[in-house]
Amino acid sequence: MLRTWRQRITLTDIVVWAIGVAIGAVIIIGTIATLRSGKYSANTWLDLTVKGLALGGVYALIAMGYTLVYGILRMINFAHSEVFMSGPFTAVFLANALSRSGFMDRQPLIGMLLVLALSIAVSMTIAVLLERIAYRPLRHAPRLVPLITAIGASFFLQYVFRGLYGSGFQAYAIPKVLQGSITIGGLRIFNTQIAVILGALGMMFALYAIVQWTKTGKAMRAVSEDKEAAALMGIDVDRIISLTFALGGISAGAAGILYALLFPVVNFIMGFIPGLKAFTAAVLGGIGNVPGAFLGAMILGLIESIGPNLFLDGLGVPTPSQLKDAIAFTILVFILIFRPTGILGERMAQSKA
Amino acid sequence: MALLEVENIHSYYGNIHALKGVSLSVDKGEIVTLIGGNGAGKSTTLRTITGIMKPHEGHVRLEGNDLAPFKPHEIVYKGVAMVPEGRRIFARLSVAENLEMGAYTLTNKSKLNQNMERVYKLFPRLKERRSQVAGTLSGGEQQMLATGRALMADPTVLLMDEPSMGLAPVLVELIFDTIQQINKEGTTILLVEQNALMALSIAHRGYVLQTGEIVISDTAENLKQNVTVQKAYLGME
Repeated sequence: MLRTWRQRITLTDIVVWAIGVAIGAVIIIGTIATLRSGKYSANTWLDLTVKGLALGGVYALIAMGYTLVYGILRMINFAHSEVFMSGPFTAVFLANALSRSGFMDRQPLIGMLLVLALSIAVSMTIAVLLERIAYRPLRHAPRLVPLITAIGASFFLQYVFRGLYGSGFQAYAIPKVLQGSITIGGLRIFNTQIAVILGALGMMFALYAIVQWTKTGKAMRAVSEDKEAAALMGIDVDRIISLTFALGGISAGAAGILYALLFPVVNFIMGFIPGLKAFTAAVLGGIGNVPGAFLGAMILGLIESIGPNLFLDGLGVPTPSQLKDAIAFTILVFILIFRPTGILGERMAQSKA
Repeated sequence: MALLEVENIHSYYGNIHALKGVSLSVDKGEIVTLIGGNGAGKSTTLRTITGIMKPHEGHVRLEGNDLAPFKPHEIVYKGVAMVPEGRRIFARLSVAENLEMGAYTLTNKSKLNQNMERVYKLFPRLKERRSQVAGTLSGGEQQMLATGRALMADPTVLLMDEPSMGLAPVLVELIFDTIQQINKEGTTILLVEQNALMALSIAHRGYVLQTGEIVISDTAENLKQNVTVQKAYLGME
């Protein structure tokens, strides 16, 4: 009994566990040291929390695209970061034109909605075309094949947009109403952060409602469980898959505009890092699971925003916030090792024959 | 003209010649059963009718119209519903949502509610469990759900693949009683079964399928008396 148990533990397991324990120790020691030093006031922490929530909201919307597509096709759409980039990178021209003409200041709400609508329309179109052209012909191919196509499509889209709009950064003009901030009890919150958090929550709720309560949403869930049985109900499986990509594109397009409010420059590789982060969030929450994507994104946003200062500052790391990406991707690696199903994930492999 | 007509279909799984010229017909109002052993091609025949498999040769006709150009989901709109082998209910959807998916082809909400009431009347157990997730139902309840789900579309022809599989005898009784009742209410049924005795006891006519070919076709009464059928499928010597 003991022998077999011993044989099953390999050197790799020991190393992985040791690294895990070491990272855990760093986090705990760093947190205690930071809190004892009292370098940051409560307001700073609250400030970082608000930042984290805004960031998490954007990640949540992008993560929806990964999680919906994974749910229905069991495939990671690695070109989703370009779906996310295409919307705001197109809409920036409209946004800047509206600002220059003064329309954005006269009619900020209509202006914002126009920009949002354009971004959503472009991202949705790209997502649907991507599925139709690059993935549908490979529906019955081995799983690795569409994955490689996705990476290829990702580069294709990046360089098409670079060709269309150039490789430089475009500054995104933020409407005057959203510039400035409000102060609640000494805590300063930017208007853009409020807009992002409210926008993301609204979109997330709308998406959840669609998937949970509409006929199409129920058909999506039926298709994700059993495509053949769904077809026997009269559900047009191809159409539902297209609609799923469209929904993912819509939320990515909206996320793009919200992201541009937080970081007001756009360019053709802007999708890469947020795309990977949103993928991390989707895996953290349990890929394929809609509430999971939201939860994972919020946790990731908060860790990324609070984590560097909280974990690393007390250890004497200079400018810890530069290590936020390292923290985010360390999380990805460790979920994949210790809990590949994520927080709310179920074991998909067994239920699918 | 027969309601459903299968004419000389040939199907292949890779190199395996699964159906070698199967022909059968189902008239309006009938219960017709297709019996045969494992691997005889019973499920393949049903899958070909639903359009999930396309035949290499031959035709499937519904009310005289060739179904060849239509995709599986379009064939459902034409009035063919199926209770698939192994039930294949949507385990993570609730019972009521499963039934709603069965009524996917209906655009009329009140018709949907009416059909749902009908299913709940046939299977009161489903009504008790309507908001429960379907994956938590017992095998018998899942079979009820799969049957009810297919009825939601108001089919003209109901295809049933092994509804007795894996069920306790009491439940098999219940399912077969329900099949008869559904038929009396006007639905035509093509029933594929390994439990030949049960199938022949409710069917009007039957076909015996052996390694991809129809070997006997007769009324259910005569099939029950047929020596070959008795030996091979009814377990009599």
